[in-house]
Amino acid sequence: MSKKRVVSATINGNTTEFLCEPRQTLLEVLRNVLNMTGTKEGCTNGNCGSCTVLLNGRPVTSCLVLAVEADGASVRTIEGVACGSHLDPVQQCFLEGAALQCGICTPGFIMQTEALLEQNGHPTEADVRFHLAGNLCRCTGYDKIVRSVLAAAEFKRGEATT
Amino acid sequence: MATGEKRKYKVIGTRPLRHDGVDKLTGRAQYGADIRLTGMLHGVVLRSPHAHAKIKSIDTSAAAALPGVRAICTSADFPDQVGRIVELGEGAVNMRHLSANVMAHDKALYKGHAVAAVAADSIHIAEEAAKLIKIDYEPLPPVMEVLGAMRDDAPLLNDDVRMTEMGTVKPETKPSNVAAKFLFTKGDVTAGFAKADIIIEREFRTATVHQGYIEPHNATVLWNADGKVTVWMSTQGTFTARQQTAELVGIAVSDVKVVPMEIGGGFGGKISVYLPPVAAILSRKSGKPVQIQMERAAVFEATGPTPGSFMRVKVGATRDGKIVAGEAWIAFEAGAFPGSPIAPGCMCVFSCYDIPDARVEGYDVCVNKPRSNAYRAPGSTQVAFAMETVVDEICEKLGVDAAEFRIKNGAKEGTRRVDGPVYHRIGMIETVEAIRDSEHYQSKLTGPNRGRGIATGFWFNAGLKSAVVATVNLDGTVSLIEGSTDIGGSRTGIAMQLAETLGIAAEAVKPQVADTDSIGYTDVTGGSRVTFATGIAAVEAAKEIQKQMVERAALLWEVDSASVKYEDGKVIGPAEKSFSFAELAAKIHEVGGAVIGHGTSSSAEQGGAFGTHCVDVEVDPDTGKVQILRYTIAQDAGTAIHPSYVEGQMQGGVVQGIGWALNEEYFYDDKGVMRNATFLDYRIPTCYDVPMIETIIVEVPDPAHPYGVRGVGEVPICPPPAAIANAIHAAVGVRMRDLPMSPPKVCAAVMQKK
Repeated sequence: MSKKRVVSATINGNTTEFLCEPRQTLLEVLRNVLNMTGTKEGCTNGNCGSCTVLLNGRPVTSCLVLAVEADGASVRTIEGVACGSHLDPVQQCFLEGAALQCGICTPGFIMQTEALLEQNGHPTEADVRFHLAGNLCRCTGYDKIVRSVLAAAEFKRGEATT
Repeated sequence: MATGEKRKYKVIGTRPLRHDGVDKLTGRAQYGADIRLTGMLHGVVLRSPHAHAKIKSIDTSAAAALPGVRAICTSADFPDQVGRIVELGEGAVNMRHLSANVMAHDKALYKGHAVAAVAADSIHIAEEAAKLIKIDYEPLPPVMEVLGAMRDDAPLLNDDVRMTEMGTVKPETKPSNVAAKFLFTKGDVTAGFAKADIIIEREFRTATVHQGYIEPHNATVLWNADGKVTVWMSTQGTFTARQQTAELVGIAVSDVKVVPMEIGGGFGGKISVYLPPVAAILSRKSGKPVQIQMERAAVFEATGPTPGSFMRVKVGATRDGKIVAGEAWIAFEAGAFPGSPIAPGCMCVFSCYDIPDARVEGYDVCVNKPRSNAYRAPGSTQVAFAMETVVDEICEKLGVDAAEFRIKNGAKEGTRRVDGPVYHRIGMIETVEAIRDSEHYQSKLTGPNRGRGIATGFWFNAGLKSAVVATVNLDGTVSLIEGSTDIGGSRTGIAMQLAETLGIAAEAVKPQVADTDSIGYTDVTGGSRVTFATGIAAVEAAKEIQKQMVERAALLWEVDSASVKYEDGKVIGPAEKSFSFAELAAKIHEVGGAVIGHGTSSSAEQGGAFGTHCVDVEVDPDTGKVQILRYTIAQDAGTAIHPSYVEGQMQGGVVQGIGWALNEEYFYDDKGVMRNATFLDYRIPTCYDVPMIETIIVEVPDPAHPYGVRGVGEVPICPPPAAIANAIHAAVGVRMRDLPMSPPKVCAAVMQKK
């Protein structure tokens, strides 16, 4: 076992220091060291997207990122999406659009959607389906997820103009 | 879109926000793997690299010596089980086989079969320790395919398995891989076929597929110093998990408490236990709580699957389009131990039609694959693929419309199924009519290599047992405790039925799923039963609350309770006295203690669910890739409680069915090793693969439920493979009879036709 390293990262806006082994993934540290279990583990090999977080604004599967790589980085997780007791528009649209059933894939979809809407405020259905293709959902058939993402984009556009 | 009369309900049929929504959208909901206990160890299960092997010896000494290792277990730590058959709520299990599945005894029967387990201070130490366990295997030849396993010279998996015929074993029967034979007959099938002008007989194969839930299996167990065991896990059934765990580790059921964590998908695959007994033994040996989470490869290699199958289906019809006879021979792969859903498969094959003469023969066959488990309408999708493509071929040969043919021959109230039961009020024909009349079916499909297909499916839907407790709060809300674990929003569906009965808002009910010490016995969340049966229990609890509220009002008004009635969310007394629910709730403590309503459901039987699907596909003749262009599902929901979640079940089932149809399969090499045990290679549909799924909710109320509910979860997976096969035929003129209809197979079929 190698010596533990000190890693300093900005997690959901807060400067956070933690100890980790070099072999530990960012997912493992989030869940088991920092007790932030909102980020979900589905496959640990980058195929399902459940563990998606934003690393310096880019969506990554945190099971494929070593925690030491997050040193000096900004990390955004599902715990940092809602503002206090107010849901983010993406969360609100998922709730109203019944875009979740079991909910295990939901944090990953929310983070991936946040990344999409950062880049593209006017996504088409095809854009949404292409962008979310790395996130697997086994319950919904995706219909209500895609509709909710489109609704969130529209809501955010409305917010921007008022 | 809902059909039928104008809404007569206030809450039912509306779309309130789900009660657990915010927790799940913010990452606060606690799933099985999210619990953290003080001093918790992490466990790893060591699994067989061989598909079939004798276990000659296990040496754990090097692993035990590794610093940080706290406990190791093998099958020697589990008590012996007799071969007692236990009902688990969605299928029965032989306890000796279940024990051997949880931890291999003297033989490993599939690649990935658990053989030992380690608990250590960290997951990494546990993984290192597992590698230090030395196991001496004697590899044996595996048998991977159902017909091969039925041969007399096939390698034998279990020497205690002898074929039962309709439940009994003939004394002279030798051990074999064939565990069970079923035979169902109705009328005289030979005479029936003699009346036919056209007979189509075809053979079909389907691959082994997995439920594919995104959350891996998990269990966290504390075996306390007082002998009491607590299990935190994601499961479809806390009470069956409790029973299985207690029996497998040899303690009383009441010494085990199962705490349901949120569950990340199940689809039938989270009923049997795998990890809780193992974590329990490790906890007993270490004195600490132990958490085990399965790796994804193990989820594929050691849990789940639904059987691969071989089927021969023969149907005869008259020239004017009336089915006169049907015959089917079906063999399902049980996996390592008996227990495939062959019986429901046999019952479902002709279940959509009114067929006067029929015969169905089915076999449950052991092969060196993981022990098969329920998967959404278990057994029905396979047989629907076979039957519905044969029906399509008859329609083609007779030149009749596929929807009209189904309406003419469809099962209805009074139709007797081949296995005996006579249908009550059902909506099979109504779903076909809904598709026939849909804009989709009526529209013209143009373009080369494009085709449209339809298919119908059936699932029984279960009743079984449920319990709820509801307590009135002083602020006019009601706390609802239920035993049904919530996989897809059922808390809200149950709360809405309670709210409807009490005449209060859905939001005024606070539903919660409780552990096995806190609520009465409740069967699994499976069989499309929760909204139906737990709903009945909730309605009963609400009626009890009504009665008590009437009594409280009578005490407050000092009148005879016979002069008080509960109506439309109000308690009404003589002389225009009245309380709203909330007004009375605020006063109940003035004249008594808590108002608590109990409800149970035990014997109600559902009438069955049907759905008809219509799909347009485009086939790329050069690559064999099939693209779904448009998809519409019409399904009888009886009464849709929360239409959004009814649609969600329909859409989700369809997309699982699309995966089964086009891509999903266990791919084994000649040594019986699964070569695609990842989500990259076992390819479930992504959102890029599918279009929006259009839904038509048909409502033919089920008289067995106070609001007419029919379960909706399972039947939507049944028709897609057949509907897509029929659409492929319409597009490029080839009949696909082997699932999945993956690009290489479709390409080869198209080339062969050319």
